[in-house]
Amino acid sequence: MPHQLETRVLLEGAEDVRLRTLDGYKDLVGGYATLERAYKEMEQDEILKELEDSGLRGRGGAGFAMGKKASFLPRGDMEKYLCCNADESEPGAFKDRELMQRNPHQLIEGIAIAALAADAGRAFIFIRGEYDEQADILDAAVAEAYEAGYLGTNILGRHRDLELVVHRGAGAYICGEETALLDALEGKRGNPRLKPPFPAVQGLYGGPTLINNVETLSNVPRIVSKGAQWFRGFGTEQSPGTKVVSISGGVRRPGNYEVELGIPTRELIYGLAGGPLPGREIKAFYPGGSSSPVLTAEEGMDLPYSFEAMAEAGSMLGSGSIIVADDRVSIPHMALRTARFYHHESCGKCAPCREGTNWTVKMLERVVRGEATPMDLDIISSVQDNIMGHCLCVLGDSMAMPVAAMVRKFRGEFEQVMAAAAGMVDPHVVVQAPPETLGASV
Amino acid sequence: MTPVDGPGVSNPNLPVDRSVTEGRVPSADPEQIPQLAEVDCPPELQARIEELAARYPDRRSASLPALWAVQERYGWCTPEGIRQAAAVLRFTPAYLESVASFYDLFHTRKVGVHKVHVCTNISCWMRGADELLDAFKAAAAGDDDQFFVTGFECLGACDIAPMASIDDRYYGPLEAAEAGVAIEQLRQGAEVLPEKALAKRGLAGDSPTPSGGGV
Repeated sequence: MPHQLETRVLLEGAEDVRLRTLDGYKDLVGGYATLERAYKEMEQDEILKELEDSGLRGRGGAGFAMGKKASFLPRGDMEKYLCCNADESEPGAFKDRELMQRNPHQLIEGIAIAALAADAGRAFIFIRGEYDEQADILDAAVAEAYEAGYLGTNILGRHRDLELVVHRGAGAYICGEETALLDALEGKRGNPRLKPPFPAVQGLYGGPTLINNVETLSNVPRIVSKGAQWFRGFGTEQSPGTKVVSISGGVRRPGNYEVELGIPTRELIYGLAGGPLPGREIKAFYPGGSSSPVLTAEEGMDLPYSFEAMAEAGSMLGSGSIIVADDRVSIPHMALRTARFYHHESCGKCAPCREGTNWTVKMLERVVRGEATPMDLDIISSVQDNIMGHCLCVLGDSMAMPVAAMVRKFRGEFEQVMAAAAGMVDPHVVVQAPPETLGASV
Repeated sequence: MTPVDGPGVSNPNLPVDRSVTEGRVPSADPEQIPQLAEVDCPPELQARIEELAARYPDRRSASLPALWAVQERYGWCTPEGIRQAAAVLRFTPAYLESVASFYDLFHTRKVGVHKVHVCTNISCWMRGADELLDAFKAAAAGDDDQFFVTGFECLGACDIAPMASIDDRYYGPLEAAEAGVAIEQLRQGAEVLPEKALAKRGLAGDSPTPSGGGV
């Protein structure tokens, strides 16, 4: 039995492994009925309207209205494409993995219906190479869907075609950026493109392309079958629907929980994830993956978990992934781990990101080695300011936002760690975290 | 560069290099593309790459799948393998190598048969990933032909932190002591840590709530 705080819509029936097969998907949750109705009875505009009215916001990180994005695609006789972004690589996020592993057909049905809305004849699922197990599951499910006539040519005898290919990435976070994803799908190094033109106008192979996240597309079948109003019955005015939230780090029961958006964050972290490990206290958390500015427990715990509330608090809901840092975690070391990740994953195309991530790592290393002075913290902050908004894509910003927030909110701790590492004070007296804490070895 | 007039507005006349908006275009200089006859491509590899290329409207899209096929065949992306794939896809080998070197999962140097990726990103680090990586390295030490052990950025399995991807399958949460067990199981050809496989886990919300953690 799911916890009373959970509202399982996308994860309905997901505890049953039979859901992975086409027969199971049909028997357990009435799968593919919506696809049949959409292909037989519905017009493109009808589906688009339902998606727009639902207010479904993209679940990949940016939170852009999905229906609106689909409506940007030009009309007319040309090759259009749909790409499902399954390159989930944001530290802290693992919801798409769960959705693909447990319910691949829900995603395929969503893609097929969204392809009608976008008038796309070819679709791709770009899945990160590390998710080999999930890609195998998707391959099997796609083969079943072809066999059943839900994909391929002349679907359900309605003169509509849809080719769906599962395309495996090979280990590059940047490919989750939509234009880098397009380059990778075209067989190139995954470098982001200059925008505009946006993919909706000029995307894959130069054609109009709709790109959506796995969770976004998984929402489509139910929105089309039950209606926009039903969907708006969940969540808040500006963040309708349910959300699969990944919770990890210093909690007792890490995992994916599906909740209505707007639920108090405390209920997610304490009620569902079980709160901090025994004897610890929660110090801070990333509310939306490692790219989101950290919130202190005091600031964030009583906020509603919604796009608007997180934005108002100066952070973001992002991909909906909470990473909890307890009192044993050294924030400067956490900032260094975060910065190292973005430094490693920076594609190197734009200077502010390529150089900024590198310098941030070097400076944070000096902080934890005790070679920095408090003035260096101001320099770290100014480097972050010089990255934000100055690149082709948001990878640099994704480091700058959390690092800047950590330096601002935990400046005292940075100074303590610096002083302790320099041997200027007795760490047992001054530093909150004892020396055996995390991050003692860099 | 002229400024762009507002978000959402397509401006096809932007005076920028095509490589800026669309990425690098592979060189098609026929002189630099190896002929199939000179690369000695195994027929099954050639057939596999042709089959992969046929799945895309533009066969150049098959570069990643082709590199996967090369890596599967030779254990890593060997220079010969890259030349063979380049000959089939009509790329220059240099282009294909530039693609291979961009992605962390393609190996352009020889690596061990069994690949162990230990996630060392934030959530796993908080739960002991550094110690786990050290344990795997120690257990596999001196056997580079058989084992390739490396730390890796977030593998998307923070719920089972600390975790490792062993031959493309996820296992966790792992104790440092289990690293040696896993390496030994790989040596014996036995099933690796069956009780820790991600595939066997239920939904987090279905496991009993730990006591004492209420709101």
